[in-house]
Parts: sequence; structure tokens; C-alpha cells
Amino acid sequence: MRASLFITCYNDILFPETGRAVVRLLERLGVALEFNPRQTCCGQMHANSGFRREAFAQARRFVQIYRDTEFVVVPSSSCVAMIRDQYPGLFEELGNDALRKQFAALLPRVYELSEFLIDRLGVEDVGSCFPHRVAYHASCHGVRVLQLGERPYRLLAKVRGLELVPIPNAERCCGFGGTFSVKNAEVSSAMLAAKLQDVVSTRAEYCTALDNSCLMHLGGAMHREYVGMKTIHLAEILASTEADYERFPVEGTR
Amino acid sequence: MSDAEYGRVNLDPRFAPPFPEAALHELRNPQLRKNVAHAIDVIQGKRGKLVAEKTDWQALREAASEIRTHVLENLGEYLEQFEERCTAAGGVVHWAADAAEARSLILDLLRQENAKEVIKIKTMTSAEIQLNPFLEANGIRAYETDLAEIILQLGEGEPSHIVVPALHVNRSQVREIFARRMGLKNLSDDPQELTNAARTYLRQKFLSIPTAISGANSLIAETGSVAVVESEGNGRMCLTLPRTLITLAGIEKVIPRFQDLEVILQLLARSATGERMNPYTSLWTGVAPGDGPQKFHVVLLDNGRSSILAKPKERQTLKCIRCAACMNACPVYRQTGGHAYGSIYPGPIGAILTPQLMNMEHAQSLPFASSLCGACYEVCPVKINIPEVLIELRAQVVNQERKQAKRIFDPLYIGLRIASFLFASAGRFHAAQWLGRNFARLFTRQDGWMHSLPSVGAKWTQTRDLRGLPSQNFHEWWAQRGKESK
Repeated sequence: MRASLFITCYNDILFPETGRAVVRLLERLGVALEFNPRQTCCGQMHANSGFRREAFAQARRFVQIYRDTEFVVVPSSSCVAMIRDQYPGLFEELGNDALRKQFAALLPRVYELSEFLIDRLGVEDVGSCFPHRVAYHASCHGVRVLQLGERPYRLLAKVRGLELVPIPNAERCCGFGGTFSVKNAEVSSAMLAAKLQDVVSTRAEYCTALDNSCLMHLGGAMHREYVGMKTIHLAEILASTEADYERFPVEGTR
Repeated sequence: MSDAEYGRVNLDPRFAPPFPEAALHELRNPQLRKNVAHAIDVIQGKRGKLVAEKTDWQALREAASEIRTHVLENLGEYLEQFEERCTAAGGVVHWAADAAEARSLILDLLRQENAKEVIKIKTMTSAEIQLNPFLEANGIRAYETDLAEIILQLGEGEPSHIVVPALHVNRSQVREIFARRMGLKNLSDDPQELTNAARTYLRQKFLSIPTAISGANSLIAETGSVAVVESEGNGRMCLTLPRTLITLAGIEKVIPRFQDLEVILQLLARSATGERMNPYTSLWTGVAPGDGPQKFHVVLLDNGRSSILAKPKERQTLKCIRCAACMNACPVYRQTGGHAYGSIYPGPIGAILTPQLMNMEHAQSLPFASSLCGACYEVCPVKINIPEVLIELRAQVVNQERKQAKRIFDPLYIGLRIASFLFASAGRFHAAQWLGRNFARLFTRQDGWMHSLPSVGAKWTQTRDLRGLPSQNFHEWWAQRGKESK
């Protein structure tokens, strides 16, 4: 099976270790992974900030880059939510029929990572080992837009040595919200403080998620507040195996 | 609670401060935040249980959504039907294009009754048109009779929630207000004692004031009836004791058939207060000789609603049945409470309704007062896609700002324009990453993290650190890997 990795703009710049983990994980599962170097951004930041014209351009670019790809895998649920939830409206408004058709054909082949593993590859046990106490943060777009449901939990349940601890008020937003975090910085920080309290109460070693954006937000506060907890993308947990656990020390520390 | 205690609250969207500023003010009030979080957790807990026991919840939501959508698509027809049936039953229907017209209509009606005082129940719309200060200026004193509204009126506070207006006030604060304003020095904060005090205060009003103003939860086109739901029975008093009743309702409140109420009421009580059924549901049709008010007027208010109706994406805003589930579920509201929204309509629904009612000329910060987490859409009993409308309104605000050449030098907007230029080409994107990485080094401390950033970044680093940029980004790693394996 061939799949193309859409790493997303912020993972490319800030969290390359997540991309490397996806490569390691999917190649281990026998997927021939490709990477189109022309990719940049899905356009969510612009769309959600009111810059619709700019979001159009990026949405069009995404479709043009990936229209001939067998599968697109994205390790960021909020970017997939953008593609699934907002692209149709954008293309409708743009009134470009050819583009709309290309997108309609591409959309069913765009997968968030946990969807790709469970729905497409049909695996839950990906042969990983991560002997730590871990809390899973269910990011809003993964829960409410993509309806990921039990998928991440099913994957985590099969990780050897991993102890999963539930976060109270699990489905409450961490307050990141893209440019919301700087446009309404104080409110965002208050939401973050409440979330951090819930996450810290788990006494987990790691907080994981399918969105590095939430983890960047949570991890930034953990670092600021000297909370003895690290954040790590779920892909990095799944990529860790018993064999390479010592060769590839876990990188996540945002 | 009083203005002196924690500053002036302005719920007039034309003059209220922008959301971030107003929110900061509320965030600095620990007592208010504690009250709000506690009240919301109680309501949410009850709602969760009652929604879970309803196996057809999603089907009910779908039905309500379809009823409300159908009404909005045929609003003129149903309003005319309501007018006809209500008139036939002895009611008088008035139409008000805007707040000013509604106010003067109501004032005229009250003057015809020689009213110097009027009792009021369940009418947020009257706050939308700022009726009380207008009546006061014209020599008519309005008395609120909903318990929460009494607390606010006596305490000179403002509502912070559309179902529980005094949600931000706790019991001991209520005791203080009642003791001070009713002259009850020995009042305790025992709920029974507090409600007794309110009852004594209210009975005298109910029995002596023959004119009332109410809102409406639904107007039923088929029968010309009006429905009001409430928990206390004070509404029932207001709706039955007076000689003259004036009902003020937004034009979107109409539903087609009597039986549609069945769907709406099941959803409303569970969503609003976490009850299977609200304690009091009052329904009346025109006037009945010898029973209840003998004069009945309905004022149908547009006040910007028909222009919302004209826009296909925004139209869904008017499906709202004012249950407040969205604000109870909202993580932003949970932190700030309702006053930060600078409007009688707070929370997610307020964030989309208020700027539209203001014709997008005021309250432009409200569509941005959301992290777009989608909790509001998830709980909305009539399935209003609030995040979708928020994003639509954000685009409208930005388009306006562009036309007026506002915010050209706003660092965030400059950043977004630059980012858009970079994202249009991988080459530019990669070059910018190289530059950015070197720039970020200036701010990266020895621990490998950025603790303090300039400009927009400072908004981030006021409470969070940011990990320093890695020396090799993903696409570079991929390219290098390709070379090595060859």
C-alpha cells in the first residue's frame, strides 16, 4: 500500500520528530510512504482567522498536490477536520466545478493517522512498547469533527507496558484554538490552567494526543510551571518498539 | 455583585468594550468565576444524566432542527397565520421593525392603560430593546418578577446567562442584596428564607399592578397561542392576574403546529436546566371572558432578524430556542461568565447573534471569542452549527477591516499575510523556515526553550513557553534520508 504523508506546516517546522515517528511506524507496517516536498499548509489558520481568500489558495494547493495520491495520511486531527469540514464550503463558494470534483474524489482518501491505522490498515496492535504512565488528551476536532471515538484508546490499549490514565473532563478544550491563543490570550490561558490542573491530576509521565497543537499549548504551560510531565504525539508512542526503545530514546519533550 | 463591587458592566453592544478586554476584567474576579463554574457544573451534571436517559435524543434534535428550519424558510406565511388566529381569538398583533418602534409601541399601550407601574416576566427581548430604562425615563416603573431578575434588579446587576440570569451571584450575595433592599436585617442565606422574602415582595406587586409585559418561548401559528415556560410560577402569576398583558416576541419565535411544541419542550427543559419537564408551562390563546387578562397585545419584533434570515449560512442563528445549552457547554463562557460578551445574549449563541443583530457594525470581537472547540454545536438541541457561523462572521469582520484599511499594521494580521505568501510556494516556505529558525535562536535560552517573545509572540509567552525550533525540520530530514539511501 502506498500513502503520502501530509506532515502539516507546524509539524514540519516545530515537531519533525512526529513526522519521523509516522515514517518509522507506517514503514514498519509495510506501507510505502511518500512525501511530496511541495506541500505547505492546509489553510486552517487563515480560514479560522477570517482570511478566507488566503484559505482558498491553500485549499486549492492541497487538492492540486494530492489529487493523484492513493492515500494521504495526516498526523494532525485538526488539519483533517479543516479539510473535511471546511474545504467543501470553500470550494462551493469558489464555484470551481473541476476543483470541486477533484476534491470530492480525493476526500475519502484523506486519513487522520489513527483512522488510517484502524479503518484502512485494520490494525490495533502496531507492535509498540512504551512502558510509561500516559494520559490521553482527546482534542476537540478529533472528538467532535472527526468523531475518532474509541480509535486512539484502542491503539493505546495494545501498547506494551503502557498504563493509560483518564483525564477528568477529558473533552473540555485546552484553550489553544489557533490564533485564539494570542487574540484572546488571557481567556485561552485561563482555559489552559483549568486543563493543566486536570491533566496534572492524573500523575502521568506523558500526556499524549493526535494534535501537536494542543500538546504545544499544554507542554508550553508544563514547561513554564515546572510540571514534571512531558507531552508526546501518539505517533511517537506507537513508533516505539521494544527493540528500538534503547536505540531511539523517546524524543517528545515539548 | 453590585456595580460598585466589581465595576461597570455594559451590555449595550454599541458601547461595550471588546471581548478580550471585558473578559480580562471578569477573569480577575475569583468569586464570580467560582460562582459561574459551580453553577454550570451543577446544570451540566443534571443535563448529562437526563440526555443520556433519552434514547431518541438525536432523533429529537433532528426533528427540532427540521421544524425550526422549515419555519425560517416559510416565516412570512407562519407569522401571518399567527396574526390571523391570534386576532380571531381576541388578541391584538403589532409589528415593530426595530427596537425604537417596539419601545414606543409598548409605551403607547401602557399609556392607554394609564399605567405607572408594570410587572414583567421572561422577556430577554425587552432587554434587547432596552425597554426598562426607556419606560423609567417616561415615568413608568417596571418590576421584574422572575426570581433571578429580581436579584439583579434590586442589586443593580446585569444578567450573565439567558436561562439563569443571576448565575454569577451566589446565595450569600443574594442574602446581602435582599437584606439591604428589602430592609430585612436578620435575613439568613437559607434558601427557604430567601424565597420567602422574594415571595412577600412579589405578592404585593402581583396583587396591585394590573399591567404585565411578558416574553414568549413559542408562538403557535396553527392556533394563535403563546407559550411561556418557567420554573417558579411567578410567570403564571404575571400571565393570569393582570388586566392587560403585552407579549413581546422576536419574529423567529413562531412554530407551525401545536404538536411541534412537544418536540421543543422535551429538548428545552433537558437542555436548559437539566429537568425532564419545566415546572410551569403556560399557554394562552387571545382572551377568554372572565378568565385571565381581558386585553392582550403581541408585539412582533424584527430588529435585524429579517436581515439574518436573508443570509443562507447565518439563517440558522434564528433556529435558537434560548435554552443556553451552548453557554453551559462552552469552555470560554465557563472561564469568563456572561458579562464579558457585552450583550444580553452571551456565550456561543450570543457571539453569533449579537454582531448580526447589530448589523455587523458593533461587537465585531465576539465571533473571535471562541476556540472553535465545537462543544456548543454538539449540545445544541436544534443543531445550530455555531462554529460554522463564527467562522463565516470572522471572514466578514476581516473583509470589513480590509475595506476600511483597518489593522494594516496589526502584527498578527501582518503575520497572517506573510504566512499566506509563504504557503503559496514550497521554496518560499522552506527559505522562511531557515530564516525563522535563525531568528528564533535569539530568543532561545540555554534550556532550549523560548520564554519571552516579542510582539504577538508575547501574547503566547505571557503564560506558556515555546520549545526552540529544531535544527532540522521534517522536509530536510526526508530529503537527507533520500540521499543517504541512494
